Amino acid sequence: MRHFLLKLLKTKPRPSAKFIDMAETAALLARGTEKPSRPAFLNRLRNGDEVAHLITLIFAAAILLIAGLLVLELFRSSVEARHKFGWAFLFTRKWDPVAGQFGALPFIYGTVVTSAVALLISVPLGLGAAIFLSELAPPRISDALTFIIELLAAVPSVIYGLLAVFALVPLLRDPVQPFLQRYLGFLPFFPGPSYGVGFLAAGVILAIMVVPFIISISRESLLAVPNEQREAALAVGATRWESTWQVVVPYARLGIIGSVFLALARALGETMAVTMVIGNTPQIVTSLFATGYTIPAVIANEFTEATGDLHLSALVELGLVLFLLTIIINGFARLMVLATTRRGTAHP
Amino acid sequence: MTLQRWRNIINALMFGLTAACALATVCVLFWILGFLIWNGGKSLNPAFFTQLPKPPGETGGGMANAIVGSAQIVLIASLIGIPIGFLGGIYLAEFGMGAFPFVVRYTADLLNGVPSIVMGLFAYSIVVRPMHQFSALAGGVALSVILIPTTIRTTEQFLRAVPQTLREGALALGASKWKAIVTVVVPAAMRGVATGMILGVARIAGESAPLLFTSFGNQYWSSSLGQPTASLPVMIFTYAISPYADWHREAWAAGLVLLAVMLLLNISARLVLSPGVPRH
Amino acid sequence: MRKRECLVAAVVFAVTLVASGWSTRANAADSLLINGAGATFPNPIYAKWFDEYHKIHPDISINYQSIGSGGGIRQLLAGTVDFGASDGPMTDEQLAQAKVKILHFPTVLGAVVPTYNLPGVTQELKFTPEALSGIFLGTVKKWNDNELAKANPGVKLPDKDIVVVHRSEGSGTTYVWTDYLSKISPEWKGKAGTAASVSWPVGLGGKGNEGVAGLVQQMPYAMGYVELIYALQNKMSYGHVKNSSGAFVKASVASVTAAAAEAAKTMPDDFRVSITNAPGKNAYPISSFTWLLIPSTIQDPAKRSAITGFLKWMLVDGQKMTEALSYAPLPPEVIKNETKAIGQIH
Repeated sequence: MRHFLLKLLKTKPRPSAKFIDMAETAALLARGTEKPSRPAFLNRLRNGDEVAHLITLIFAAAILLIAGLLVLELFRSSVEARHKFGWAFLFTRKWDPVAGQFGALPFIYGTVVTSAVALLISVPLGLGAAIFLSELAPPRISDALTFIIELLAAVPSVIYGLLAVFALVPLLRDPVQPFLQRYLGFLPFFPGPSYGVGFLAAGVILAIMVVPFIISISRESLLAVPNEQREAALAVGATRWESTWQVVVPYARLGIIGSVFLALARALGETMAVTMVIGNTPQIVTSLFATGYTIPAVIANEFTEATGDLHLSALVELGLVLFLLTIIINGFARLMVLATTRRGTAHP
Repeated sequence: MTLQRWRNIINALMFGLTAACALATVCVLFWILGFLIWNGGKSLNPAFFTQLPKPPGETGGGMANAIVGSAQIVLIASLIGIPIGFLGGIYLAEFGMGAFPFVVRYTADLLNGVPSIVMGLFAYSIVVRPMHQFSALAGGVALSVILIPTTIRTTEQFLRAVPQTLREGALALGASKWKAIVTVVVPAAMRGVATGMILGVARIAGESAPLLFTSFGNQYWSSSLGQPTASLPVMIFTYAISPYADWHREAWAAGLVLLAVMLLLNISARLVLSPGVPRH
Repeated sequence: MRKRECLVAAVVFAVTLVASGWSTRANAADSLLINGAGATFPNPIYAKWFDEYHKIHPDISINYQSIGSGGGIRQLLAGTVDFGASDGPMTDEQLAQAKVKILHFPTVLGAVVPTYNLPGVTQELKFTPEALSGIFLGTVKKWNDNELAKANPGVKLPDKDIVVVHRSEGSGTTYVWTDYLSKISPEWKGKAGTAASVSWPVGLGGKGNEGVAGLVQQMPYAMGYVELIYALQNKMSYGHVKNSSGAFVKASVASVTAAAAEAAKTMPDDFRVSITNAPGKNAYPISSFTWLLIPSTIQDPAKRSAITGFLKWMLVDGQKMTEALSYAPLPPEVIKNETKAIGQIH
């Protein structure tokens, strides 16, 4: 790219341009007028290829422009809160718009807890399904089922929210949560009254939303494992399950872990479904039955009515925290998935 | 029991469990569909598609303005996002060796993972605040920022999948590079590229969070793109958390319509347009 | 195959374009759209008013988004809406932030009621001020607490935790509710105070009056505070509250009108007044005016005449529709003063 731009800006004309210039000059001299000057820059664009290169480059650079603007705006709009609270913002518990006290901790806690619950449910489920689809199922059934599961990823968040409010919450409130309380009540996660809404409800709906990603990417990683590995394990007498669990899955573990990270990044940023069932209470409690708040939920609820510029900039700062968190996790995840798919197709 | 027998039992058991996992996941989709079809189907009637919303507490009315509003916002987002994504994808695929394309690629992947509500914040800062107005335009900009990274990457992916021999053949016949791209490579990849675009548009059509404070909402028709506009996902959200039974029914109906459109776009894109082309 | 797909895509594109064009043409260039946002407290009556006004003047569409009083004030100050609405009057600091002077126009009187979901209890509960402040402070935790049992002899109250529901966003309804609590409970005043958005000692948050009503409706043993019409429209139970004269009063058009009687005589010029815990035997103690927040300077002459036209209609014909939705109409003295105040909009 640098080479291309330098070429563009160099003033020395290329041979073809020179000949055309000479011809033009001759024609103009014949007419007796002075040769008009051309910016050297445009001489570079004689060639249609160069034009295409430039145009498409500009559009590709739009991505960088967007990313840059995004980061800039997030920093700019959160400057008040950042200057007032500094790093303490991340560790303060209190969120009090009236007193002008803003702390991100309850929201970070809520975001992390709901995502953790989501992963706890979706990873075993997703990995199990991926193993079935890649190892056991006949190819056509595997493709058909994967197709259906990938359709789950296309369902919009509000619709998951709709289902969560009217189907999941009543289910949790009556049969499920009292059941958990009765049999697992000794754990610190299940005390307290059972509202139905709260961390557990948000975690469960998030699990349903991210499971297609885990299945899809894990399945691809598992399929990328060379057959020789499986055959080698079977050759030394392992059962198919042992070969899968002890050889294939570890071989594909980078891709699987990558898929978990991608699912995590997705769960952290989910807004609508969580907002509808989290209970909107900025608090830090261990009980999963309790209501809480997440970063996307508080932004969605309070943004249009942030009283005062400090409140607004605190919300944008929360958005910045979320942005950075998802960027880091995503960046990490992509590297892992990249490593495993490259490795999987390389020679052992 | 012999060790061998035990191992065989574990084998069967574990695979049975994994099958159950797969089945459970598939059942969830059917559960969603069933719920929506049952509840939404009950409330779906012609009034839904033709009438405006009624004041709270009154029965009847529909979401005609939200349906058209969603179409308008998605259209704006597509008009902005698809050309940029398409041309950017061509750049990455055809001219894409070196550090700069790598940075663009990686940035696009990162942007893909950014939560949609952050894009809403972004659009609020650069469109709503200067304009002093909530508008369909702001909503469209927010959605286009989500669409562009997706489109760039899928376009690049399908262009790369075109065999190099096709390009070389075109060049050997004397075409310049850009001519080869336009007349040979892009048409060869068009199926996959179109699939990617449709899937991207389907994804943004269902987004609700970025529209909350960009296109806001409207009880009536919006007479221009620079005014607050109703949209289907936002209406579903507003109606679902309300206490009115009538609004709940409308939310189900709207959910059914939205899901039907999503699934239709997704299924047709995958099945009809690109059989045999890798989906990922 | 490709041609067919292109055709399908082109048809979809064309249909969408046509639909957009048709909808915009149907509400032609001469259709005026006025945008407002704010309180959920009066949303049912405002929605009805704007709907009726649109029927009388089809070229004027007043789009009101019910996002909460805090939102109305915020968007008005940011200039993204033409008018706001709030049940908590704007503070002096907020008014100072505005670029032009903001005028408060009272529209109706409403009541905030304690609504609850108690399975198995059919009688209407009576709430003392101590009970209400205790519940929201978290000191009264169970339904069969002494404070509640004292006021409700003969009612079998269950031994269950009270699930407190409050507003999650800046709300005028919250302002009215906390204004009342601050007046009758020094402890509440110290801990949380009066504001559109407070630091709640207990409870979970619902978005808007709609969200609170929705949550209370769905959760057994829940209790929240909503505007009267939300409890009525959704057939939810709401209790009697003890007023400053010691009588247990249920919210109604009559009891709310009684609460405003005193204040109407001494209404300040900017119409900002609180009528919670008002004197009077029949007064409902948690009543409030609700206001439209209109900028005193409106540049666009079409919008200016539309808004002033609506205000005039609201003060005459609009007031006739309030009782059907259980809001009390404005006292005649207030209407007279307001009609004069409309002249301040230029």
